Amino acid sequence: MTNNNGQNGMTIIVKTVTRLTLGFILAYGVYVGISGHSAPGGGFAGGVIIALSLVHVMLAFGRETALHKIHRGILRVLVGLGGLVFLYIVLFNPNACFGRAALPICEMLIVGAGLFAIFVALVLLSKNHRDSE
Amino acid sequence: MIAAAVIAVEVKDMLSSVVAVGAVGMGLSMAFLVLKAPDLAIMQLVVEILSLIILVRATIHRDLPFSVSGRWIFNTIVTVFFIGIFLVCAYVALLNLPAFGTPQLRELSKFYIDEAPALTGTENVVESIALRFRAYDSLGEATAIIIATVGVLAIARRVSKIGKADDEQ
Repeated sequence: MTNNNGQNGMTIIVKTVTRLTLGFILAYGVYVGISGHSAPGGGFAGGVIIALSLVHVMLAFGRETALHKIHRGILRVLVGLGGLVFLYIVLFNPNACFGRAALPICEMLIVGAGLFAIFVALVLLSKNHRDSE
Repeated sequence: MIAAAVIAVEVKDMLSSVVAVGAVGMGLSMAFLVLKAPDLAIMQLVVEILSLIILVRATIHRDLPFSVSGRWIFNTIVTVFFIGIFLVCAYVALLNLPAFGTPQLRELSKFYIDEAPALTGTENVVESIALRFRAYDSLGEATAIIIATVGVLAIARRVSKIGKADDEQ
């Protein structure tokens, strides 16, 4: 958890393993989220796994690199879009097939992007706090 | 699990306490697995890991001292008051609770188990209940997460703006 090179994240071993496993973790999160109708899991768990993979990148590569690759505005847009589509499906019940497919995906978007946005905000908050001390 | 919970409350070091909380969550996840609820086990596991990461990051840099200054008499009285209310409500609720292992809503759960695959087209009954029969619950859950995200972002943004203003002064 300690930063060996200042802001540049952890050692090269951790970075390499992160680079190798990131795709697998993301794919597993998407799988858990989408296959919730026939296997244990669901949108919430899949979203949390996606958020965990992003947090993984952030811990391994450091704050600056991760924020350079993942813009915070995209997270907000994703959360808002997922919430609006979810609300539309639940309130107006447009088409059973569309709703069935889109509801877990919306939940996954909301949870994944939302939790990662919370993590980013808390990290930046603690950084500001530490700088001001 | 109970031992880990007691350690989490009693130990002085903040990081040890956080690790003990993680042990409690892992034990709870295994309990869900033993009770044949893999959905809840997965959920508990991933949420536990995420919250553990956030807690460790929050506690690793400094130990927050336990604050005893201020209106401690008022705080104690309020705390005891709410614990009393909770105990009374728990006593009333426990009297009405059915015995362990004999669920009351047997017909409803039987309806869910029998009819859910045919009605919703999902094999996983838990998911069909969460997203079909009780979709409004899921809507409320998503709303809670969105409100939490917006609140955290708003607080963090305000602090960063104040920090910039301090720098300019």
